[in-house]
Amino acid sequence: MKRKDFDVIIVGAGPSGLAAGFVLAKAGVNTIIIERGKFPGSKNVMGGIFYTKAMDDLIPEFYKEAPVERHIIEQNLWFMDDVSHLGVSFKSQKYNSEPFNSFSVFRAKFDRWFAKKVEQMGALIINETVVTQPIVEGGKVVGVKTDRPDGDLYADVVIGADGVNSFLAKQLGLRNKIKPNIVALAVKEVIGLDKEKINDRFQLRSDKEGAAYEMTGPFLDGMEGMAWLYTNSSSISIGVGVVIQDLIEHKTNPNDLLEKIKAHPSVAPLIEGGQTKEYLAHMIPEGGYYATPKLFTDGFLTTGDAIMFVNNVNREGSNLAIESGKLAAKTYLEAKQTGDFSSKSLSRYQDKIRKSFACKDLSMYKNMPKLLEEKRYFLTKYPQFFIDFVYDWFSVDGVSKPDKIKKAKKEFGDKFGYVNFAKDLYAIWRYMIR
Amino acid sequence: MHLLVFIKQVPDASQVRVNYNTGTLIREGVPAIINPFDKHAIEEAVRIKEKFSGTVSVITMGPPMAESSLKEALSMGVDNAYLLSDRVFAGSDTLATSYALWAGAKKIIEEKGDVDIFLSGKQAIDGDTAQTGPGIATRFDIPLVTYAIAIKDIDLKKRTIEIVRLIESGAETIETTFPCFITVEEEINKIRYAPLPYLIRAARATIKILNTKNTKIDSSKCGLKNSPTKVKKAFTPQKRERGEMINKGSMQDTLNFLYENIESTLKDMGKI
Amino acid sequence: MIKQDIGEYKHIWIFVEHKDGKAKSVSFELISKARELAEVLGCEVHTFALGKKVKHLADEVFRYGANKFYFIEDNLLSEYKTEPFRDAASYLIDKYKPEIVLIGATTLGRDLAGTIATKLNTGLTADTTGLDIDKKTNNLLMTRPTFGGNLMATIFCPDNRPQMSTSRPGVYKAVEFSVEGEVVEESFKFNKSNYLKTVIDKTLESEEAVNLNFYDVIVAGGLGMETKENFKYVKELSSILGGTWAASRKAVQMGWAPQTRQVGQTGQTVHPKIYIACGISGAIQHQVGMKSSEIIIAINKDEEAPIFEIATYGIVGETGKILPAMIDLFREKIKKER
Repeated sequence: MKRKDFDVIIVGAGPSGLAAGFVLAKAGVNTIIIERGKFPGSKNVMGGIFYTKAMDDLIPEFYKEAPVERHIIEQNLWFMDDVSHLGVSFKSQKYNSEPFNSFSVFRAKFDRWFAKKVEQMGALIINETVVTQPIVEGGKVVGVKTDRPDGDLYADVVIGADGVNSFLAKQLGLRNKIKPNIVALAVKEVIGLDKEKINDRFQLRSDKEGAAYEMTGPFLDGMEGMAWLYTNSSSISIGVGVVIQDLIEHKTNPNDLLEKIKAHPSVAPLIEGGQTKEYLAHMIPEGGYYATPKLFTDGFLTTGDAIMFVNNVNREGSNLAIESGKLAAKTYLEAKQTGDFSSKSLSRYQDKIRKSFACKDLSMYKNMPKLLEEKRYFLTKYPQFFIDFVYDWFSVDGVSKPDKIKKAKKEFGDKFGYVNFAKDLYAIWRYMIR
Repeated sequence: MHLLVFIKQVPDASQVRVNYNTGTLIREGVPAIINPFDKHAIEEAVRIKEKFSGTVSVITMGPPMAESSLKEALSMGVDNAYLLSDRVFAGSDTLATSYALWAGAKKIIEEKGDVDIFLSGKQAIDGDTAQTGPGIATRFDIPLVTYAIAIKDIDLKKRTIEIVRLIESGAETIETTFPCFITVEEEINKIRYAPLPYLIRAARATIKILNTKNTKIDSSKCGLKNSPTKVKKAFTPQKRERGEMINKGSMQDTLNFLYENIESTLKDMGKI
Repeated sequence: MIKQDIGEYKHIWIFVEHKDGKAKSVSFELISKARELAEVLGCEVHTFALGKKVKHLADEVFRYGANKFYFIEDNLLSEYKTEPFRDAASYLIDKYKPEIVLIGATTLGRDLAGTIATKLNTGLTADTTGLDIDKKTNNLLMTRPTFGGNLMATIFCPDNRPQMSTSRPGVYKAVEFSVEGEVVEESFKFNKSNYLKTVIDKTLESEEAVNLNFYDVIVAGGLGMETKENFKYVKELSSILGGTWAASRKAVQMGWAPQTRQVGQTGQTVHPKIYIACGISGAIQHQVGMKSSEIIIAINKDEEAPIFEIATYGIVGETGKILPAMIDLFREKIKKER
């Protein structure tokens, strides 16, 4: 008889692997999760804002016991040049009630907690073990090899939740080598600061309320990227992610970029006096919809970062990862009914992903990267113009307000041309809404 | 054969920093690990078990978080893991600790049978006392062999064991009988990369909690209040100041300068 | 915990450790320190020794100011074995009830002390580097390094007697102070069937088996020695200085030295009078094992090496050039002075 150690082997104990493990174990499936780090979360860094919905479906009211930092009640988008920022801010008490929209979390803590829940459901989690390759027999994935002695494991299905560099998907030919234009390098710092200081500086009324900032604009010198800052319970996370290709072309070191942001006159007062506690670097898939590789083959499904399943506009990486893990698990459960784990049977996974809210979001933004690649000035010249205009508007310099508008209209016309502007607006509308 | 290993979860001492302003240790973010010497005791027990067949049990005293160390021990090939955890143990000194561990070990013997070899590391890297092992051995009134660097031979029929241990002037080989208590140096073995089946078994294993309710531990012998030794104060030692760089014009000048500076010390030591 | 009538206990006892009938210097160091403490307490300093032939040690301990010398001679005590030593010592202490018992924190002393304290159900403080009397309560205050020397703790033992401590060798100075002492011979009825341990072989110190703590000078080599061959300088320098040699973890991993000679967190913790670090960068794990050395001499070609942060004397340069010159210099000086 064919050897079988488990029903399902999940490679990687990140959010998508854990979510898949949770659903499977809950359904009584004999599941093992193999993690290379010292514990789940130990190798993880994330933008750190965790959206509630996908997780809340899995474990209702998880935030009551999970190690979350603060729930976010204020979101900001800043366009920055070197000395100014022009911001859009939204703060609402609607975000101040359960089930809360999003939280800041530390993945090292959060994933560890999530892993405990998954174990309680009955899945096994093995740490410090590296999966070296899939075992393929008769064109079908039947297990994995690990770097441990006696390290081969066999199962009906292997779920590859092994991250942005997914070894398994690559080895199985489900996708090509990652290109530097679809992956961002993110660097992040955690800066320790008193709770009271954070509450004061960000105008928060308790240690539970939090604020988040996203920053882009001309200060990035035309590179495609985003910086962010958000409050944890007694620290501030600040980071920046830039598409690797842009870093190479601009000969820019992301560490220098992060230092530049920290020194920015709008940012520096927020983090002043804090002590850097941690520094992390991580790759984030930025490819969005088009970068998503083939998601399955015989006996194999892939989830999370491994399928580039990150919404690069709203930074909902973990949220989408959880969603994809859930869908992979559901696909397995359906396939189990018939005992058919062939490519054909597992192809339902692709349909599920397509129909998911997550994928719809991805689809909505699917042309964004391309658009930004073509029209870099969306991130540079337009924001700079508006920053300069607002500066001018508020300056009392003897020029009347109507004259200022007149002047601005003329400059805008000279700089961009109204026809071009209309075209750009149409392009955004077409790319996003359609 | 039944082997019982006593382990301790410790903060990784090499990552503990001193705050010289407040005179305290900075423990935040310092990972908790199995005391490195104890890890070698686990490895040795598992090796003996593999060679002669039997079971390995492991026990630690500590807060619930010490479970992670027991899980790690299980993944190294240990069969049974026990966590001795109860509020009454908090603040125990070495005498009280050896009492509690001894009582916990007796419970394990009740459940899993007589122990032939007890093992632990030579000392823990946080306290550096090297007293708990000898204390437990004394309570069992069994031979104690400290600072072991090799197990040379085990004779199951005669129930004897030959152990090489460090002594001040070199090493000695001791023969003794089961049951005995061995504390080990790091060099007794190299920790192997455990096979996957061990890890899987460890992930399935449950850790048994021992406390004053399910053992016959007399709580009037445990904890801070019932420990004969108490901490009067703790303080950070004077920071070792950076000395001087003594490179002179020529190497000979440098060395002469060095010699002049340590001459009196060498004299005091009777070297010259 | 059983409270004892601590008023019954009097005098300070020092365990006289010996090797083949020759007393260890730590015993005299402790007698000298105990005399200071006894003055505050208004009591005497007593000593005790166990062995096959130990009576002659009396003269030596009296020369350092001990007022009494207790001893037990027995064939069973001819070689050190924990259990008979434990039983004989416990018997003496239980019978004469000293209020303080000090034992050298040697390999033997630390093996023995924990078993005696357990047997007597009293407190023991390991490896102390400071001893003092609390003048209000007359309790012994024992100070010891912990957390790899990062923290010092002062421990006391208020309700149990004797107050026991193993004390680190080389901390106190042995000062001669001759007195007329009293010799008391004791005997203990060993139940021979209780002792199930035999020493079947002893190897004197070798490359492999060495106790670094035994030496007041340690010359240690690291990756900066560059070859195994170059360790000959480390060995030669240590032998000229009457010390021993050691290695960093990296050097051990390179196979240049046996693991027994490793200094650091997972090797041995040493505190010699002079520690010479040759080509050792001084990672924190290494520092933990040697930073309480009295004098640290560091030689490293990288002037940024962390070892210089804790070195008393730092020399920037190639070990391969400096060590041979150092060997020549010390050889000449030490010969001349003698």
